[in-house]
Amino acid sequence: MDFRSKVPDGPLPEKWRKHRFDMKLVNPANKRKHRVLVVGTGLAGASAAASMAELGYEVEAFCHNDSPRRAHSIAAQGGINAAKNYQNDGDSVFRLFYDTIKGGDFRAREANVYRLAELSVNIIDQCAAQGVPFAREYGGLLANRSFGGAQVSRTFYARGQTGQQLLLGAYQALERQVGLGKVKMFARHEMQDVIVVNGCARGIVVRDMVTGEITSRLGDAVVLATGGYGNVFYLSTNAQACNATAIWRAYKRGAAFGNPCYTQIHPTCIPVHGDYQSKLTLMSESLRNDGRIWVPVKKGDERPPSDIPEAERDYYLERKYPSFGNLSPRDIASRAAKQVCDEGRGVGPGGLGVYLDFADAIKRLGEDAIRERYGNLFEMYERITDENPYKRPMRIFPAVHYTMGGLWVDYDLMSTLPGLHVLGEANFSDHGANRLGASALMQGLADGYFVIPYTIGNYLAASKLEKIPADHPDVRAVEAEVAARNQRLLSIRGTRTTASFHRELGKLMWDQCGMARNERGLTDALGKIPELRDRFWKDVNVLGSGEHLNPSLEHAGRVADFLELAELMCRDALERRESCGGHFREEFQTEDGEAKRDDDHFCHVAAWEYRGDGQAPLRHVEPLVFENVHLQTRSYR
Amino acid sequence: MDLTLVVWRQKNAKDPGGFVTYPAKGISPDMSFLEMLDVVNEGLASRGEEPIAFDHDCREGICGACGMVIGGRPHGPRQLTTACQLHMRTFRDGDTITIEPWRAAAFPVVRDLVVDRSALDRIVQAGGFVSVATGSAPDGNAIPVPKDDAERAMDAAACIGCGACVAACPNASAMLFTGAKISHLGLLPQGQAERHARALAMVERMDQEGFGSCTNHAECEAACPKGITLENIARMNRDFIAASFLRRPKSGGGGWA
Repeated sequence: MDFRSKVPDGPLPEKWRKHRFDMKLVNPANKRKHRVLVVGTGLAGASAAASMAELGYEVEAFCHNDSPRRAHSIAAQGGINAAKNYQNDGDSVFRLFYDTIKGGDFRAREANVYRLAELSVNIIDQCAAQGVPFAREYGGLLANRSFGGAQVSRTFYARGQTGQQLLLGAYQALERQVGLGKVKMFARHEMQDVIVVNGCARGIVVRDMVTGEITSRLGDAVVLATGGYGNVFYLSTNAQACNATAIWRAYKRGAAFGNPCYTQIHPTCIPVHGDYQSKLTLMSESLRNDGRIWVPVKKGDERPPSDIPEAERDYYLERKYPSFGNLSPRDIASRAAKQVCDEGRGVGPGGLGVYLDFADAIKRLGEDAIRERYGNLFEMYERITDENPYKRPMRIFPAVHYTMGGLWVDYDLMSTLPGLHVLGEANFSDHGANRLGASALMQGLADGYFVIPYTIGNYLAASKLEKIPADHPDVRAVEAEVAARNQRLLSIRGTRTTASFHRELGKLMWDQCGMARNERGLTDALGKIPELRDRFWKDVNVLGSGEHLNPSLEHAGRVADFLELAELMCRDALERRESCGGHFREEFQTEDGEAKRDDDHFCHVAAWEYRGDGQAPLRHVEPLVFENVHLQTRSYR
Repeated sequence: MDLTLVVWRQKNAKDPGGFVTYPAKGISPDMSFLEMLDVVNEGLASRGEEPIAFDHDCREGICGACGMVIGGRPHGPRQLTTACQLHMRTFRDGDTITIEPWRAAAFPVVRDLVVDRSALDRIVQAGGFVSVATGSAPDGNAIPVPKDDAERAMDAAACIGCGACVAACPNASAMLFTGAKISHLGLLPQGQAERHARALAMVERMDQEGFGSCTNHAECEAACPKGITLENIARMNRDFIAASFLRRPKSGGGGWA
């Protein structure tokens, strides 16, 4: 496998500009002869599909929801970072680059992150021109707020619905191209495999979720923008249908998987309240701008929060990290919450919660100001918990939120499978071992609007791609495999529901591969996952047939893939014998419980190569070289 | 809580469909309505009956995927709340709850509670955008937007495209949905160039898709989980009338002048 990152030569600020000139171009008249298949229509996929269609490529786009507007990017609340320095507070492209590298605990590729920071400013311009209703100051100019892991105010936002508004902007750009006939949209179609011909990705096999028909769509390149795999934990902030099937199938066809163990646990979510629970709801990190996080000083203090005097409260983030305080990065804030709960100082049912208190902010700014900033989040909290957060502090607890790992890609966002490009959360690239708040939207849109439209041309112009007939044996073979797999799921007729297996897997992963990991737990999980997988394939009960809308079959197919991916995550977590960012190995910590990196042995990307079912995958290494920032111990104190 | 559900079951668009009664026992008041359906579905599956199909995804009230008529009201009895954010504490022990799909000619039933809402996407395709190709935008601060305008545009843009407005309307009109998009873009300076063409094209498409007209019942506003107001329909009508005088579509040009 080819693990060259293909980062261009030259000084960091010149790399992308130089590369844009060096890349080959496709003649405008020839662009319409190339068909590009885009899977997933969230921020990355919709922006990519629209932008490539605008350039003249023939684009086909696929999503499993009934409309591209439902992609889970829509749920992102807080904002999007951009190095505009509109606030005159010392921001710059280099500072955003630096903060992102440091926030990722020095486990991301410098050149990619620098490009991301550069493109951040173009994203804001593009979205404002589309009519995204960003928050404004009274003078009519764009407003900003602060977000975790940064000391400048660079986050652009649209109330607590930034992801929704950015996605609708990209969705509208996509629908414009659909209306013009430049994009053919396939909603309610789920990708089930990649078609590889002569070593290149040339198509996908999709299932029409309404009729059950399994067909192939062929093209010159495949772009996966299918999001993350947080639902491997069953409970997460992801939408119900978020899944790893597209990237997992691609992995099994030759795309290496980068850093599968890097998972982000978000510190501010509504705590779990029952076994029947189907998802965890995020409360935006932006709340930490005005909310103060605390627990009682005493263990097992069950007094209502209002009865606990100031002196008996521990504002532990402000105490431990005075310079960043409540705005510490997510991995640090989550781990700190776990520590106080492990000490028995957690609040609420089961002691799995900490307070996020707005009393001081309400006293300082008034309830109306807080309502204007966070009204929709407060309402959502009240709806779910039946408690009024204006009167009583919110209870929050960490939950699985984002996966930094994903398919390995080079500087051009191409995986190790030629022709297969991967964008957004589905790739591993820009966030290292921990993503900063308001950076996911930035990455999805940078990849889709401003990177892939250039790099896809370079690939297409440099490749000789012959037309593939629909009945090519390599196409037929994959179609047959997909059909057989669905049929196998439908024919087991065992005794347990898919959801029960999913819950069991999720609990195992949360316990052994969650916020804290150790060798014993991971080894244990590596024994149990294959056993659970065997039981699934013997005893799952998937009802109905494959010839109609069948949510049970869809869920079973996704869980079957999670049962394989989970094993790779644990394997990767076990092999990475250091702590970094969201990957916290209990054996590797400083005296005061902070993550302890091992730069001598692990300053690299781990990229896993699939070698067949039942065979151990091969771990490859892409060394990370830091020429522009110094490797240092990350400190937010 | 113990409840009785009366649920619309329909195998596909051609099947006539009908109500089936299911008991829902041991329901926690802290469950969301969809989590309650999950529990009922797991029970059905373990007895070998096919689960009730319904659309859902984010379960935090923002994706717009879920939608069902609960007790005669789209998204159920609680105001400004999607079905996924409706909690069982809203109901009482022993209640009988009727659950139906959105009913509108433009939203054919796919299966059980799942309907085809692609007509809404086609209305957006007709003109629900600003034509600005990637890379061609001026600096984000080059065009100031008065704060009040931005806020009102955001109020309109908060629409989640769930289709509850259509389901609530006795005429199955999609005017609240269409008006919200026309308002969102029409309130911003960025949307002015295409303002009239947009109103004409989106209204024309809305009519072609088989949605009814507005006769001022205001049921849509009452049902909208995101608080989209009737004002948006007024803005759409105003833009449409102005456009009808000022900018008739060219013939044979696909609607866009």
